Amino acid sequence: MSEKIDRATFDHLVELAALELEEDQAEYLRRELNKQLEAIAELSAIPILPDTDVSLHGVDYPQTISPPPREDVWIASDNADDILSQAPQTEGRFLVVPDIPHTRLDSENEEQEDA
Amino acid sequence: MNLHQQSAHVLTQLLRKKEVSAVQITQAALARIHAVDGTPGQLDYGELTEEDRHKVHAFISVTAERALAQARAVDEQLAHGEDPGLLAGIPFTVKDIFAVKGTLTTAASRILANFTAPYSATAVERLEGAGGIMLGKVNLDEFTFGSSNESSAFQPSPRNPWLLERVPGGSSGGSTASVASGEAPLSLGTDTAGSIRQPAAFCGVVGMKPTYGRVSRYGLIAFGSSLDCPGPIARDTRDAAMMLQAMAGADRRDSTAALVDVPDYLAALERGVKGLRIGISPDYMRITFPSADGGYQQQPLPAEIAQAVEQAAEVLRSLGAEIIEDVPMPNTRYGIPAFFVISRVEAASNLHRFDGVKYGHRTSDPMMDLREQYKRTRNEGFGLQPKLRILMGMYVSAAQYSEQYYRRALQVRTLIRRDFEQAFDPNGPYRLDALLTPTTPTTAFKIGDVYGDSVLMQYADQLTVPANHAGVPGISLPAGLDADGAPIGIQLLGPDFSEATLLRIGRSYEMATADEAWRKVLTEIDR
Repeated sequence: MSEKIDRATFDHLVELAALELEEDQAEYLRRELNKQLEAIAELSAIPILPDTDVSLHGVDYPQTISPPPREDVWIASDNADDILSQAPQTEGRFLVVPDIPHTRLDSENEEQEDA
Repeated sequence: MNLHQQSAHVLTQLLRKKEVSAVQITQAALARIHAVDGTPGQLDYGELTEEDRHKVHAFISVTAERALAQARAVDEQLAHGEDPGLLAGIPFTVKDIFAVKGTLTTAASRILANFTAPYSATAVERLEGAGGIMLGKVNLDEFTFGSSNESSAFQPSPRNPWLLERVPGGSSGGSTASVASGEAPLSLGTDTAGSIRQPAAFCGVVGMKPTYGRVSRYGLIAFGSSLDCPGPIARDTRDAAMMLQAMAGADRRDSTAALVDVPDYLAALERGVKGLRIGISPDYMRITFPSADGGYQQQPLPAEIAQAVEQAAEVLRSLGAEIIEDVPMPNTRYGIPAFFVISRVEAASNLHRFDGVKYGHRTSDPMMDLREQYKRTRNEGFGLQPKLRILMGMYVSAAQYSEQYYRRALQVRTLIRRDFEQAFDPNGPYRLDALLTPTTPTTAFKIGDVYGDSVLMQYADQLTVPANHAGVPGISLPAGLDADGAPIGIQLLGPDFSEATLLRIGRSYEMATADEAWRKVLTEIDR
């Protein structure tokens, strides 16, 4: 079986997905990904006219059944405390996270010191 | 009289005649749960005990106090001569993918294991607003990603009440198991590729995927946003109609909840099938499976499932429906490959919000920076199936592949939609009111037989997923038992917003087959 997703591609996907994996997981997931790609290879064999529309939804949404956009008005939430109480770490009304890494746009690998 | 065996319809009548109170109905349901459910799903559960193998395990959390408080409120309303609503005093369970204010809302995932929802989903709010009594949250495949419930982070996972060594199907397996075992007459599920209809077929209950946009998705933790449909699960079509009635309709909080009037489903139910045109397609009477050599092979349906469809067609014909054979649905077989692409792209996008910052699990390891914290948190919090979907979604939507995969899959979706449009076109050659098909390619499989093979598992949805691509409604109805005693399901598919017709056909079939021997057979949990 030819493997479309080799280890380097896989590791790149893992990075994009904001995951880190144990080795046994990585092995299982890469094997299943390649199997799934074989399952979808069938798509390339279907005769499709180039001007065939794409469907983002099955059901059409003509104006008559689409709710109009809501007015852009601020509605106060009555349960802000409940929402904040779900956060793993807070200080007062702020969510706390560790340092946010900074990356120079012109040089991806070079970390920039916090200004 | 065993209250837990009664339908929602009968219970509302008993309640309104004051022969029983909402508190009594709720207590009976809670007692039934206590008797048959066993240990609720939980994280890091060890080996199953022998007793575990003889219980249903539909629930993650039973909210008994909340339910009894609701029941008391319904009784008070009735005592004051007020009408609590269509579902007054009727217990229901909710797939734990819906936010319900003040309840644990886990998505059967470690990453949300500690999440208490600060608001309620519209569908739940409407069911409760109609007097329904929520009993608790039931198990599912993690984030709905599966067809067996085995992928839940909360174990023991639900078992099939008919044959306890088999899966209940999925992902709404906790829902269908809770209804089939008599724990509740109704359950709220979701269907993205067949996740209501497939487990309904496996558990011998009625499950409906309404038209996309018929029921609001607000408060539903999203999998595939263009495919997800909340819908009713019940023991008969009348109860399913009642439940759909209570929750269907537009919602200012979901812009895809369509502005289409909700008809009176119950009034339409008894109108029979005379004159309706019901189609059968050869493309639904064969199935595709991955073969040992890495390819795919088409096979005929298992004979008992094919016979159930043919017999149902005969029953409907005898009731006055016109059966139209050989309706072409040539793109049915591409439903799964297209779903592998579309659903993964949408899932990967939807799952990015789970990062340990605002809610849910966060790694307890001290982290140097936020990026590392995201990765560690997500690795600890997500099981294998969410990870697999995220990675696949990343791959097929990457700039260099999206033309080949994502765009093409969306074009295939158009072809699948056209199959349905042609079949249902009132001026076309077929002019169908509904298409009659099997629901699943097999009956319920044994626990452990398929889980782990993500491709084979996905093919369990091959006969249900085309309706999700097309957005059209579908219903699965119990239609017999196979030689092992496993339930067989048949499916009706119809044009957009034709739920009333599908329920009506289902009701006719149900009434005409009410005396068949298989309907009297008890589930294993009751034997």
